[in-house]
Amino acid sequence: MTRQKRSHHKLKRAVAPYLYLSPSLLIIGLLMLLPMVTVIAYSFQNSAVLRRDPSFAGLKHYQAIFDDPVFWASLWHTLYFTCMSVIFHMTIGMVFALMLNSDRINPTLRNILRVLYILPWLFTAVIIAVIWRLLLEPNGVVNSILMQIGVIGSKVEWFSSPETALHAVTFANIWAGYPLFMVSLLAGLQGIPKDFYEAADIDGAKAYQKLIFITIPQLMPIIISISLLDFIWTMQVFPLIWITTGGGPIYSTEVLSTYTYKLAFSSYNLSQASASAVVILLISLGLTLFYIRYQKAR
Amino acid sequence: MTFRIKSAMLKIAAAAWLLGATGAMADTTLEFTQWWEPELPAGSLRAIMDDFEAANPGIKVTLVSGPYATTRDQISVGAATGTLSDVVGLDGAWVNNLNAQNALADMNPMMDASGFDKSQVADIIKVDGKAVMFPVASFVYPVFVNLDLAAQAGVTKLPSTRAEFLEAAKKMTNADKNQYGWVLPLSLQTPSGVQNDMMSWVWASGQSMMANGKPDLGGKPVVDMLTFVKSLNDAGTISPGIATKTEQEKVEEFVNDRVGMMIDSLAHVNLIRKRNPKLNFDLIPVPVVENYTGKRGLPYASWGIGISAASKHQEEAWKLVQYLMSEKVNAKLVSLANAFPGNVNAKPDFVTSDKAFGKAFEIFKTGYLANEFTGLPVAEDLMTQFDVQAQKMLAGEQSPEQAAATAQKGWMAKF
Repeated sequence: MTRQKRSHHKLKRAVAPYLYLSPSLLIIGLLMLLPMVTVIAYSFQNSAVLRRDPSFAGLKHYQAIFDDPVFWASLWHTLYFTCMSVIFHMTIGMVFALMLNSDRINPTLRNILRVLYILPWLFTAVIIAVIWRLLLEPNGVVNSILMQIGVIGSKVEWFSSPETALHAVTFANIWAGYPLFMVSLLAGLQGIPKDFYEAADIDGAKAYQKLIFITIPQLMPIIISISLLDFIWTMQVFPLIWITTGGGPIYSTEVLSTYTYKLAFSSYNLSQASASAVVILLISLGLTLFYIRYQKAR
Repeated sequence: MTFRIKSAMLKIAAAAWLLGATGAMADTTLEFTQWWEPELPAGSLRAIMDDFEAANPGIKVTLVSGPYATTRDQISVGAATGTLSDVVGLDGAWVNNLNAQNALADMNPMMDASGFDKSQVADIIKVDGKAVMFPVASFVYPVFVNLDLAAQAGVTKLPSTRAEFLEAAKKMTNADKNQYGWVLPLSLQTPSGVQNDMMSWVWASGQSMMANGKPDLGGKPVVDMLTFVKSLNDAGTISPGIATKTEQEKVEEFVNDRVGMMIDSLAHVNLIRKRNPKLNFDLIPVPVVENYTGKRGLPYASWGIGISAASKHQEEAWKLVQYLMSEKVNAKLVSLANAFPGNVNAKPDFVTSDKAFGKAFEIFKTGYLANEFTGLPVAEDLMTQFDVQAQKMLAGEQSPEQAAATAQKGWMAKF
């Protein structure tokens, strides 16, 4: 083989993997990188999208959103909504998974419960929002039941009162999201070797000790992975909040996604909306990097 | 066939092909983007376009139709990229932004050149002196009154002033039975309640939320309106859930006998009848301040029309606008849409065949169309800002004066 042929062959071998990867790289570039880079570019322009010749704005739009108290309120609401949702998704998911994995429950009842518990997962965000709007409206079923059993004395405007609105949308989101944890943890529970529990029984361990020292440590990788993913997804929830409260009353349920949407499609300030979107992107990116590092460490 | 004839035919065919290819004989195709087609009976807008094409040989119209929100986004992007359709359906709330982008053509020169009779149109929306939009069809917002609830509550005379309205609302309210006098939708998701259910009180009395082209929210008309709304709320006459209530929910509550009165679009009359055929209701103009005897402003939403500044076929586009604004065609279109005409001489057929529409048409003819959000910059954002302040006021966090002052400050920043 001549030297020229050898180098040609080498080049072909070096290029081949990239050629195989090129279709997916092209798709990722077009569908993910391009929109992301475009939004980042918009955040540094004046009158982005709305003018054909937008001028460079520097960090002006970032400054504007950081000076806006509604942005900080939105950030706080987002954190509250996300943290509470993740904590309760995990807790409820764990309880239901333990229940469905227990031998003490009749198998028929267990199958019925399995179907019932997974139901919220089958509904779209719009349906969930409509269901909870109807249930929690001042003249709705929830108020009626709570008044009959004497928990509340008068009708509560769950979504329309600034005091209760954020808790109400968080509750609706918790209801909608726990099945992911439940299914994942149930799969994890079924993978824990029975030997561990048998050894614990011989040592005279009680049920709560088995839960703390065997079950939870065994499930920890799943708990951390799903929690991180849930944190990222919940932080970006939009339709549920938009349809139930629209970010109101006043700004009590304004989260980063509704704040950004209003900037873009109510104020037509697409530059500031892009800056706000970049902030969401950076927070999500931070969490994603954390998730990737955790996965690598495992 | 001789060689000469064959040769001549070949030459004619070649010339025709050449003319066609160069566009000399080609039809002009107008693109018309709007959200009206899905809201009209199937095929009806296309039929009107077919009639236009038959009356104007050489012009074809391609309809680009979609839901309202999609059309709005499509038009915003089209204006930015210079790809706006030749003719566009417009909402008055958009025109200021589109004009700032130089996206809309000034129709003044077209009107002058064609000798268009300006007196025949109900309104011409102007921004910076440029005629940018005609309302083709208007959906007015009178007050709907549940006559059975009113009779049960002892309301014998339907209210014509704010004081009478408050009294009637109080009488119709029975919270134990989930019945309320009035309904106010102030959801931030669609803040149009500010325009339709709040500012309509100002315009009805011939007043304004503007002064010298600038917001005047701290002025007496708006503060009085806020005080009036607050008094209705303090009296417990407004159906609960104001801050998240949408227009659809407002109509649902009226349909289900849960509210006595609501301000709503005339376009919903058929829907209300369909949902509750037994509902006995009447329409009245929005009540006015004490001792006001002038013409009443009638809040409205409209299907507007304009021409793209970037259109290469503005002459043909103007023909289409003129056609839709002409007496007969306009009457036909608004009859299909259950709307009031953009041409003052047009009379839709439903006003003679339907009592409720007939009454609303009388209200329409004796008043004038009023919607000061038309032509304002970022109108939806202005409504959102006012909405938030009104919600704070109704939650007892501030007075009407404070609500008006804060909203004024926010609005001024947008002007």
